[in-house]
Amino acid sequence: MNVELFVNLFFSGLTRGSIYALLALGYTMVYGIIQLINFAHGEVYMIGAFTALIMTSVFTILNLPALAIVALALLIAIVWSSMYGFTLDRIAYKPIRNAPRLSALISAIGMSLFLQNYVRLAQTSDFLPFPRLIPRIPFLNAVPGLNSSQFVIFVTTAVVMVILTVLIKFTRIGKSMRATSQDRVMAMLSGVNVNRVISITFVIGSVTAAIGGVLISSHIGQINFYIGFLAGIKAFVAAVLGGIGSIPGAVLGSFVLGLTESYGAGYISSDYEDVFAFVFLVVILIFRPSGLLGKASSQKV
Amino acid sequence: MDTLREIRRSALLAAWFMVLTFPIMVIRVNTITNTIEWRWERLILISVGSFVGSLVWNYFQRRKRAQGGPRPQTADLPADLPADLPAELPATDIGSAPLTPPVEQRTWVDRGLARVGMSRATFRKPAVAVPLIVAALGVAIAYPLVTSLYQTNIMVSALIYVMLALGLNIVIGLGGMLHLGYAAFYAVGAYTYALLNHYFDVGFWVALPIGAAVSMLFGILLAIPVLRLRGDYLAIVTLGFAEIVRIVLTNWSSLTLGPSGIRSINRPTFFGLSLSLSQSINLTYFIALGLVIITIFVVYRLENSRIGRQLVAMGEDDIAARAMGVDTVRAKLTAFALGAVWAGLAGVLFASRTTFINPESFRVWESVLILSMVVLGGMGSIPGVILGALLLILLPEYLRPLSQYRLLVFGALLVIMMVFKPAGLIPKRRRLYRLQPEEIPVPDAGGDS
Repeated sequence: MNVELFVNLFFSGLTRGSIYALLALGYTMVYGIIQLINFAHGEVYMIGAFTALIMTSVFTILNLPALAIVALALLIAIVWSSMYGFTLDRIAYKPIRNAPRLSALISAIGMSLFLQNYVRLAQTSDFLPFPRLIPRIPFLNAVPGLNSSQFVIFVTTAVVMVILTVLIKFTRIGKSMRATSQDRVMAMLSGVNVNRVISITFVIGSVTAAIGGVLISSHIGQINFYIGFLAGIKAFVAAVLGGIGSIPGAVLGSFVLGLTESYGAGYISSDYEDVFAFVFLVVILIFRPSGLLGKASSQKV
Repeated sequence: MDTLREIRRSALLAAWFMVLTFPIMVIRVNTITNTIEWRWERLILISVGSFVGSLVWNYFQRRKRAQGGPRPQTADLPADLPADLPAELPATDIGSAPLTPPVEQRTWVDRGLARVGMSRATFRKPAVAVPLIVAALGVAIAYPLVTSLYQTNIMVSALIYVMLALGLNIVIGLGGMLHLGYAAFYAVGAYTYALLNHYFDVGFWVALPIGAAVSMLFGILLAIPVLRLRGDYLAIVTLGFAEIVRIVLTNWSSLTLGPSGIRSINRPTFFGLSLSLSQSINLTYFIALGLVIITIFVVYRLENSRIGRQLVAMGEDDIAARAMGVDTVRAKLTAFALGAVWAGLAGVLFASRTTFINPESFRVWESVLILSMVVLGGMGSIPGVILGALLLILLPEYLRPLSQYRLLVFGALLVIMMVFKPAGLIPKRRRLYRLQPEEIPVPDAGGDS
């Protein structure tokens, strides 16, 4: 058994898992509130990465200091992604809130296709090199197999998780979100502005997606308009794995999926890397449809 | 006043979109030479576009709201309901109240026909229907003889998509299951023929039923894990299945020749005659036409069959259908298997038409394209689905300069259809059964019961 390979795969699995977690949160929160798979969520992540890339290049040409570039690019990427998330909901989902679920799902797929091609046409269909935004951190050299961008990804993910947990558990808006997800009509009757809660959910999901997009693009070093789709689907798989609607479940599912993919690619075959996620999904849905941490729910008639 | 507010709202929206799309639309960075290109002219495009778009969007939203959803059917209730109803209504046996004959919902098609003094029934009269069908067949048969080879080729691909869309319509339109992996079955059909032809030199006609059968097998294979799933989960599992099929086709190079694909697949033969290229394209056209006619016939028969009705019931409400004695497991299996058969046939035809296939032809967006056809035309409506497929294949062909915007438009189309016209261009007509009004027992005002 090669220890070095094992450790390397462990860290790369954790990195994947962190990114899936940042994305899966958006899925699971939106699903929890309006029972919709937001297929276009992966596109928001992609748009976040593109915005960051564009802004970094602009600021580099303007000769800003390195730290300012990172901070500003990340900030703008987050703000713009959340604007996209908000607009997306207003255009594609809000008008059909009470329509059958099939309609919303088709609308979501349409939005995903639209946003992908919007970026393809407005920017390029080629892979663009993404600058390394994360500087080297010297003290990490002591840990073999861990590089600084992976470290930053773990830390950021952990911080985002903590902030989100606090937000949902202890704030007023978190309380309204929980109320809306339990029973939308009842929440409305109790004076919760449901439309605002839904919008805020989309915004929060987009913020975490943008953070994930920027971090992973900087780690991998290249992006194109198609990156959001597969990442989005896999993050959804992770959310289902953990039990959709459950936030700790989404995180757990993401790490399980990330590690499985990493070890699967390392020890079995990297050609079939993408297959693992889907096989996993099918197996989970057959044997434990409510996911690892989800509550089993019977359908109301 | 109202229009002023509307305009102000749209102007605000235009400003929002200008800000929103600014980084992606205006700035373009060349990462090699490190230069920025500012494309300010696009900002004007965005502002005008979103301003007009918003006005149109709002207009249609208002119109939709004015038309409202299903109107309350007050006609069914007696006009003079007693003001003070007794607290407890007497038990009424609605089950035995006679039903009126089925009433078919009227759609814009019916209203349009009524304006010129016709109805759908007009087309059911043999005196009208027979000449119409004969004329349509005549046009279809004469088409390759009077047009160029290029036109015929486009029409063949349109016909293949008509088959695919009608097949998918069985699963989505009747069964109400969002199937996002339809291209996988198309791929299975195409690869079945390509591989049989490549390794064993099997001809088109033998491969056609084999392709359909193999594809059906895969359909059942997929249906088994999704039997317990509904809605979103079903969509994502079918999507995953399609990706698995594509990845396996790409990576199993020793069998499928990998991403470079299989070339020089034989075109269809005709009783061993040697055909020139143009003749064989015409032959392909007629085969496609024949298959489409068979498909239309089968789906029409299916719609009114026992299985078809079971599927519709299941699509409407899974649990209610089960309660009414529909074997939903069998219905789901049937829907997936039947859908897959048509994809398999279309796949074999596709492989023989292009003579070259590779896994790239069967990406997820191929499934979404077929889905768009079904959605645009009208889920569950056969003429609608045919129209949708023809529109989505032929329009981009004739609007070549705009073809790079094709997918962008399809995406927008899916959203717009869902928001404004979820039933599609030619909506499916549903039969409505109503209780005969006079048979609803009304409690006496005295309340002595």
